[in-house]
Amino acid sequence: MEVTKKRKQNVINDKGPKISWREIRKQKELILLSIPFVIYALVFYYAPLGGWIMAFQNYKPKGGLLHSQFVGLAKFKTLFSNDVFIRVIRNTLCMGVINLVLSFVFSIGLAILLNEVRNKRGKKFVQTVSYLPHFLSWIIVTGIVLDVLSLETGIINQALVALHILNKPINWLAYPKFFWLIVGFANVWKETGWGSIIYLASITSINPDLYEAASIDGAGRLQKIFHITLPGIKPTIFILLLINVGNVLNAGFEVQYLLGNGLVQSVSQTIDIYVLKYGISMGDYSIGTAAGIFKSLVSIVIIFLANKAAKMAGEERLF
Amino acid sequence: MKKFVWTRKKKSSVGDKVFTIVNTVILTIFVIITLYPILNTLAISFNDGTDALRGGIYLWPRLFTWKNYQTIIHKQNLLTATEISILRTVIATVVQLFVTALLSYVLSRKNFIFRKQISLLYVLTMYVNGGLIPTFMLYKSLGLTNSFWVYIIPGMVSAFNMLVIRTYMVGLPDSLQESAEIDGAGHFTIFLRIIVPLCKPVFATIALFIAVYQWNSWFDTMLYNRMRGEFTTLQYELMKLLSSVTNNSSNAETMKQASNQVTPASIRAAATIITSLPIVCLYPFLQRYFVTGLTIGGVKE
Repeated sequence: MEVTKKRKQNVINDKGPKISWREIRKQKELILLSIPFVIYALVFYYAPLGGWIMAFQNYKPKGGLLHSQFVGLAKFKTLFSNDVFIRVIRNTLCMGVINLVLSFVFSIGLAILLNEVRNKRGKKFVQTVSYLPHFLSWIIVTGIVLDVLSLETGIINQALVALHILNKPINWLAYPKFFWLIVGFANVWKETGWGSIIYLASITSINPDLYEAASIDGAGRLQKIFHITLPGIKPTIFILLLINVGNVLNAGFEVQYLLGNGLVQSVSQTIDIYVLKYGISMGDYSIGTAAGIFKSLVSIVIIFLANKAAKMAGEERLF
Repeated sequence: MKKFVWTRKKKSSVGDKVFTIVNTVILTIFVIITLYPILNTLAISFNDGTDALRGGIYLWPRLFTWKNYQTIIHKQNLLTATEISILRTVIATVVQLFVTALLSYVLSRKNFIFRKQISLLYVLTMYVNGGLIPTFMLYKSLGLTNSFWVYIIPGMVSAFNMLVIRTYMVGLPDSLQESAEIDGAGHFTIFLRIIVPLCKPVFATIALFIAVYQWNSWFDTMLYNRMRGEFTTLQYELMKLLSSVTNNSSNAETMKQASNQVTPASIRAAATIITSLPIVCLYPFLQRYFVTGLTIGGVKE
């Protein structure tokens, strides 16, 4: 018994054999299989990184990467002395954080509420309905958002006027102060059900004895949620938080692009839209690339810091 | 299967009852908020366009008509766009799933010596990328712009899907593969004969992800195939309809169409329903795989 236990542990801790010619010869089939994948990654994911040179050049399509004038950090200086870009960073960060917070709160909340439903068919029905919006495209979802918020026929305006909360309908998408929240709740509408799947799965793996014991101690359902369910899914929450924190700057291109309009431009433009506008539509490849680099670097820094923090706190981590 | 069975006490406490009622109310509101906008779009798509402008259509059309749908069917560009969307979805799903599964298999072999390095090479792609413009220029220089293949070839291997599939494969019993190896099976044989049949749930899940992503994409069309009408997708055409509704709700074209009992808004409603139909029909059948197939708890290397 002791021996098998030890062996099993060895297998788990084993990092695999060391790289040596003998191993390479032994594993040539796997190596051959993986070569196309390495090439693919290098071409499609890493070759574009070479294009980053553009950000340090006064790139002219005629000269190409090799014959364009090298200008050092001048493009970055232009970028950061530009009020528009500073505002764009703020917009991206704020919407990213709003989306992150709202989606966590709503997904975890839905998972917990669903877990408390005793009627199996009811639970299944709510779940099926809740996944649906995730599968619809942003084009469809933003179309729906526009309908719901529409001045004349939108249900929100009609309801608020009928309840005498508003005197007359509001054109919601014309006010910068509402835009971030509209984007946030569009996200919530689309992704809450989907986001809750992973938490539900993790709730089912909590040891039922804990709930039994709590019942015997006289805990109510709310107490069980706060003292058993939530701590039970803490590792899942942490790992998802880690994954998503790195994506804060990626949070949003489509919604903002589709819902944005001239009136709310000051709050709707994100880094990605900026890159699209200045980079591709206006042909300033250098500035667009510089903005893209800034976004990537910040994302990397965030993910490493978050991972480090998780390590220090002794929580789950990514790598 | 561990499952917690709520032990029903003979008399449930007042707090318990209140909780159940509050919970039911919240979830009912949630369901209404999720379903209503979709059902409303459905009702509008079947309603006379000019009549719909008056508002007041909720769950049922007031002036029933097929006109909106007929108008779409007669629009040639929407038909070809539908063909392209179907074609890209089918081809991309098959190719991406196969290729990603093969990589996952290679990286699920615990004794593979380059496992760590190649995993890292792909995991990093989730966070580092060249960005829009260098990528755009790469595709241009590879001749992928203005071509159908821009939908298939980039993104053929996705790191996230690889992680999900690999986690599932690592969870399979090693003994199956070991015995096949002893029988002299090569990796391709093991992959096709042993791994693939065992991975059906995770493959169904990932296939759904890829298919939905492909079906819903529009940005790549806008970026790479805008100039070539024959390669535009349904979503992109829908996007154009959407912007025509938001930007010129009172221009001449709208008035002209208004006399025709269809409006851009009613056509968009019908197009929305058509576009979301395949997904709405498909996903309930694949739903049972979601939870079992998608366990990213093992993302950690």
